[in-house]
Amino acid sequence: MGEPLITLEHVTRTFDVKRQTIKAVDDISLTIPEGEVLCLVGESGCGKTTTGKMIAGLLATSAGRILYRGQDIATMNRADRRRYRLGVQMVHQDPYASLNPVQMIYNIIAAPLQHHGFTRGEAATRERVRELLTTVDLTPPDDYLEKYPHQLSGGQRQRVSVARALTVRPSFIIADEAVSMVDVSIRISLLKMFGRLKDEMGVGVLFITHDLALAKYFAWEGRIGVMYLGRLAEIGPAQQVVAHPQHPYTQVLLSAIPEADPDRTRSKQRIELRSMDVPSLLRLPSGCAFHPRCPAFAGEICEKVVPPLKKAGWGSDVACHLVK
Amino acid sequence: MNALREALSGFWREAAKTLKILSHNKMGLFGFVMMILIILLSVLGPVIWPAETSANVSAINKGVSAQHWLGTDFQGQDNLRKIINGGKDIVTIALVTGILSMLIAVIVGSFSAFIGGWVDSLLMQFVDIWLTIPKFPLLAVLATVLALKDVVTLSVLMALLDWPGLARQVRSQVLSLKRLDYIEAATMLDLGTPKIIFRELLPNMMSFIAISTIFEMTHAIYQQTGLVFLGIVPYSSANWGVMISAAERRGVLFNPQAAWSILGPMGAIVLFQLALVSFARSLDEVFNPRLRTSV
Repeated sequence: MGEPLITLEHVTRTFDVKRQTIKAVDDISLTIPEGEVLCLVGESGCGKTTTGKMIAGLLATSAGRILYRGQDIATMNRADRRRYRLGVQMVHQDPYASLNPVQMIYNIIAAPLQHHGFTRGEAATRERVRELLTTVDLTPPDDYLEKYPHQLSGGQRQRVSVARALTVRPSFIIADEAVSMVDVSIRISLLKMFGRLKDEMGVGVLFITHDLALAKYFAWEGRIGVMYLGRLAEIGPAQQVVAHPQHPYTQVLLSAIPEADPDRTRSKQRIELRSMDVPSLLRLPSGCAFHPRCPAFAGEICEKVVPPLKKAGWGSDVACHLVK
Repeated sequence: MNALREALSGFWREAAKTLKILSHNKMGLFGFVMMILIILLSVLGPVIWPAETSANVSAINKGVSAQHWLGTDFQGQDNLRKIINGGKDIVTIALVTGILSMLIAVIVGSFSAFIGGWVDSLLMQFVDIWLTIPKFPLLAVLATVLALKDVVTLSVLMALLDWPGLARQVRSQVLSLKRLDYIEAATMLDLGTPKIIFRELLPNMMSFIAISTIFEMTHAIYQQTGLVFLGIVPYSSANWGVMISAAERRGVLFNPQAAWSILGPMGAIVLFQLALVSFARSLDEVFNPRLRTSV
């Protein structure tokens, strides 16, 4: 793995809702090396999208710093800021909202190419657009150039989104639930495409999803971070997190994934939660936020003390009092 | 030079496409053709059939005849010829007021929505207060005080009075659009604020802008006609509003023979409005590729 590309240092983000303050993201620190895949997994409302948006520079942090190649993105100079702005791109969740409906695919992809001078002249731009469409498996590209977004399927639009992000040769792509709204049958081919970008172009990917099974598949070579109510519960190499989950929350999530073999699914031991309700972000439980639901609840320490994220076995960092 | 030629050919391509889309929509095509005809007739008509300068005592308040298709007025002048000559003012007022007020509204509205913060609050506070003022009486008073002589000044005055309401609408449109993912994507691609506004935002609200412009045009025509009818704006030239006002003052209401002196200009206004509105209705299809049935 290369240099640290993105570093989060104690990043916190709060929102004011009806005169109350909620912590969407609470004290997250992590490092993503160049060309790495990191999957952020968690339930809705756990702050994974907020984290993604902060890394993308679309939201400011309330506290803490985000570094891009060692530079704080909030205080960068102009040239660095431009490098960062183009270096980190995002693929949105909703393929029906992420493409401008009045523009043809060619114009959508050609605009950033021309604006930033990546290509000179109409012919070169056209050639590059066709190349990019081929990269994202929209072939033959000429069939797509003159189409409007509404004439494409969800999966095809998502590919156009990726092609648009690739125009500026980013070093990091944030895929925020990028395959969640696409038909299940198309997900794998989209994931494979993301994987190819990583392998062939060395693009780092932050893959945000609520589906641990997807994370398991996609991040197999990379890392998985599990978030719960704004904090990282566990982060570590994907294979280790899946094989040896240490945080009780991760264990519960993994036990809930159905296996392809029905016999195994039936015999699989499911860990029961103490409570099914996700606490409101407005009234976060004291101590470890997971304690009201935690199957391994161990009394006072869980109720009173927020567990710090610390080194644990199997190369993971875990935030739990019970993991030594 | 090359860029200019490219831009021109792009423009013609767009225009051709627009016409093709319009040709599939009967209402829209009718409106478009009618609008162009009225504008052409108002601009070129006076050259071919110049206004009559003297009264014709032998033919006062005559009904419809082969010689006078829409009869004659209280001075014995041909109504149809007068209508043709009186169109230029109305068309000028519609175009100048409609386009100018929308231009100010688009600039202020999108600026306000995009910048946000105290600039937005201040501008919108101003607009809110402005909206509580009854516009027509104010216009009447201002027009009297300023003693307006020509239509262009009147149009500009109307535009200045009317833009705040439109600006508020534009602002709310921009506010809802700017949250969309593709605007966010454009921000991330660092396309720059002008490009984002003109390439990503405005094209998505073009049908709204066009339709609001056209409604503003019809509104301006009514206002002008109203002002003339009340006698606030001097009869500097013979436009449709002046014709109605003059006909009413000369007691046309009591003379069925002369009905066309008042119905003629009224019909012209109605026809122009109808053309504008039906053209506006079809614009949705032009600007929104999803609604196109063909092409």
